[in-house]
Amino acid sequence: MNKIKKLNWLFALLVLLAAIAVPWVIKAPYHLHILILVMVWATIGTAWNLLGGYTGQVSFGHAAFFGVGAYAAGLLNLHYGLSPWWGMALGPVVAALAALPIGLICFRLRGPYFALAMLALGEIFRLMFTNLTEFTNGAKGVLIMPEITSKMFFYYVGLTVLVVTLLVTYLIVHSKIGYYLVSIREDQDAATSLGIPTTFYKNVALLPSAFFTGLAGAFYMNYVAFIDPNIVFNLSNVSVMVILVVMMGGVATTWGPTIGAGIYIALGEYFRATLGSANVLVFGILVCLIIMFMPNGIIGGLETLKQKFFRSGTGLPGGGNGEVLRS
Amino acid sequence: MVKFFEAKNVVKRFGGLTAVNNLSFTVSQGEIFGIIGPNGSGKTTLFNLISRFFPVTSGEIHFNGQQLENLPAHKICNQGIGRTFQVVKPLRRMTVLGNVMAGAFLHTSSMGKARTKAEEIIDFCGLTQFKDSEAKSLPIAVRKRLEIARALATEPKLLLLDETCAGLNPRESEQAIGLIKRIRDAGVTIIIIEHVMKVMMGISDRILAINFGSQIALGSPQEVARHPEVIKAYLGEDHA
Amino acid sequence: MELLSQTIICGILLGGMYALIAIGMTLIMGVMNIVNLAHGALVMVGMYVTYVCAQEFGVDPYLGMFVAMLVLFFLGCLIQKFMINRLVEVESILPENQVLLTVGIMLVLTEGIRLIFKSDYRSVVTSYSSDTLYFSGMAISVPMLTGFFIAMLFTFLLHLFLTRTDLGKSIRATAQDRDAAVYMGINASKITMITFGLGAALAAAGGSLLLPLFYLWPDIGHLFTAKSFIITILGGLGSTGGAIVGGLILGIAESLGATYISMGYKDVVGLVIFLLVLLFLPGGVRSLVKRWQA
Repeated sequence: MNKIKKLNWLFALLVLLAAIAVPWVIKAPYHLHILILVMVWATIGTAWNLLGGYTGQVSFGHAAFFGVGAYAAGLLNLHYGLSPWWGMALGPVVAALAALPIGLICFRLRGPYFALAMLALGEIFRLMFTNLTEFTNGAKGVLIMPEITSKMFFYYVGLTVLVVTLLVTYLIVHSKIGYYLVSIREDQDAATSLGIPTTFYKNVALLPSAFFTGLAGAFYMNYVAFIDPNIVFNLSNVSVMVILVVMMGGVATTWGPTIGAGIYIALGEYFRATLGSANVLVFGILVCLIIMFMPNGIIGGLETLKQKFFRSGTGLPGGGNGEVLRS
Repeated sequence: MVKFFEAKNVVKRFGGLTAVNNLSFTVSQGEIFGIIGPNGSGKTTLFNLISRFFPVTSGEIHFNGQQLENLPAHKICNQGIGRTFQVVKPLRRMTVLGNVMAGAFLHTSSMGKARTKAEEIIDFCGLTQFKDSEAKSLPIAVRKRLEIARALATEPKLLLLDETCAGLNPRESEQAIGLIKRIRDAGVTIIIIEHVMKVMMGISDRILAINFGSQIALGSPQEVARHPEVIKAYLGEDHA
Repeated sequence: MELLSQTIICGILLGGMYALIAIGMTLIMGVMNIVNLAHGALVMVGMYVTYVCAQEFGVDPYLGMFVAMLVLFFLGCLIQKFMINRLVEVESILPENQVLLTVGIMLVLTEGIRLIFKSDYRSVVTSYSSDTLYFSGMAISVPMLTGFFIAMLFTFLLHLFLTRTDLGKSIRATAQDRDAAVYMGINASKITMITFGLGAALAAAGGSLLLPLFYLWPDIGHLFTAKSFIITILGGLGSTGGAIVGGLILGIAESLGATYISMGYKDVVGLVIFLLVLLFLPGGVRSLVKRWQA
């Protein structure tokens, strides 16, 4: 434990305290609503980042886990009359169980082929949930009657979900497992030569990634109270969106996905309010610009700038293991 | 007695091309065993067979009483065989320390122990001044040394070095050779590939010369250097 | 029996036009080694160009197609030169950022078109739109037949271009081994630009041929991206012949699926086939042919 590490924890604690204080300052339900959405996306982003950012396995199919988590909560209520809050326990587990066979299948493929296979799987989930009408209600979706409607309550639940996800991800990344995951991303052959069973560790990254995405899904269901397959299994609005969130904030960094989610949701809402029907277009242009000029996100971009100005050898674009090694 | 390392009638075919043709040799503990041959003679393929990156077509490979050719590639390292790559494969966006720690984690799960171990090895390989540099920013000579350091961190009993001196200037070559000797003195057996004869003559205890995947000579460096087949393979028909 | 053969013929005709679109994609993937998720959006833009020509200026879609091809050629060149090509210089942790950029381009194209034309369904009606040929009890639509033959003609011309002209040979050389091509004095960045333009033009041609048969709306692009992928993976990357075979297989599977299986599961079947090919037949149909020859 040296100084920098202590400072990092102190910073995290301050952020947490500030986040806890927010609902006493911002009381407008609309603003709280946006913050709750930010936390949902920050959670999915952080979970995706473990697999995509650190391990380098870019998944275009995380909507599958999000949707499975959301449906677990919704269907519990629909079929068994149980409180959808039980879905917060069941959803992530089901999502992780779904990830097991998916990992076995898709990790046979590398690079863009893995991305395509995940994309196809995400779509298969969407179509299956649309067509299995007896079980899922099909395209009509699932509606629940929420017991609690206080935005402040949902804010704190969402915050808890995000904090747990951040903490677990942080602990995984800053351990032997984290080193192995980044090694796999950087060079699979080199990793193999160091005795790292690459497929096994890719699964080690996938399972918590799916678990927390499922958790975010179950929370989302409880919050919005209505889902259908085109909302939660959506390719561009969930699977691709999460990648953009992470890219915007900072690939393979602790805070990147959270920052990315904040900017994304805020900008999205701002554009919707000000630009009317052109909002998605402007959004798309922004996406292109970010990928072209800031591919490692805001944190990565800042690091690069810092390096240019201060020539500090330790700052690594995109974090990677830089944070670890400075500890 | 169980031989330390033995390859028996190893064959590798890619489609119609025979890259390694019925090679057999043994390596004893503590030896530096050199493999030479012109470009494309099957040296790197042989390494890839030993480290199980490719499956053998036929033949057996034994190490320390263990049969290797049916193990998955990542288990080879657990058996005590480390390797480097001809085209270096650094973990580019990790620091030198991170690279070596990734290797050190084979025998420990503790961050502290891995770090201590890695720092020792970085020191041993003379990389201390680069410890916190990112691997992608290093010059080629340092990257080659990093490959060795990373492999050493897995505590190998046998180290496979693939063209450690290729692309280095004479001074850097000298340093590399010094390091290889120090590694051997620390008790690690080494199989080294090189097509620069001069380097091999200086450090190898025995040399295997191959061409078109087949053995053309095996013996002490002097014997191999005088062997007419070797001269022919290296210098062409006229000099034989 | 007649239903079956009519279904199959329909599938073949459709598949031929799909193949033209997929050849555009396979060309881009082969030369540039990128996954282009904006391909369907390019098809869609091409269709809108043809649509505008027909609606505003009364140009027959089969002539408007040439305008669309020209427009898309330049659009493709611009996208490649000023956007995708830039990524070569940027250091990114995720190598898939090229894929993501194409997603961004797809968004911009789709939303740009939506802004101009709204999300309404549109279609082009010509004097021969509903003409049908009757042939031993089977009814075959004239636009389908015409589209198929034009698609095959274009494929043949492309084949001649790639095998007979210097530019075409340079494209093939770059696809096979970029570094070697550069050593031989080929200007690789110019070639990739032209390739992207050509791929986009073929996408526009395929889309225009399908215009009399499909409703047009901004999101139709997704449909064509998915189809091109399935065809490209089925046929084997970078293979023109493979794309034709893949296109025919997909066309037939689709029309059989629509006739004999429920519409809902039709797409699931396609995706599952896609996954299976990806996993167990990574080289597509072409690798089967090779294996059989060897």
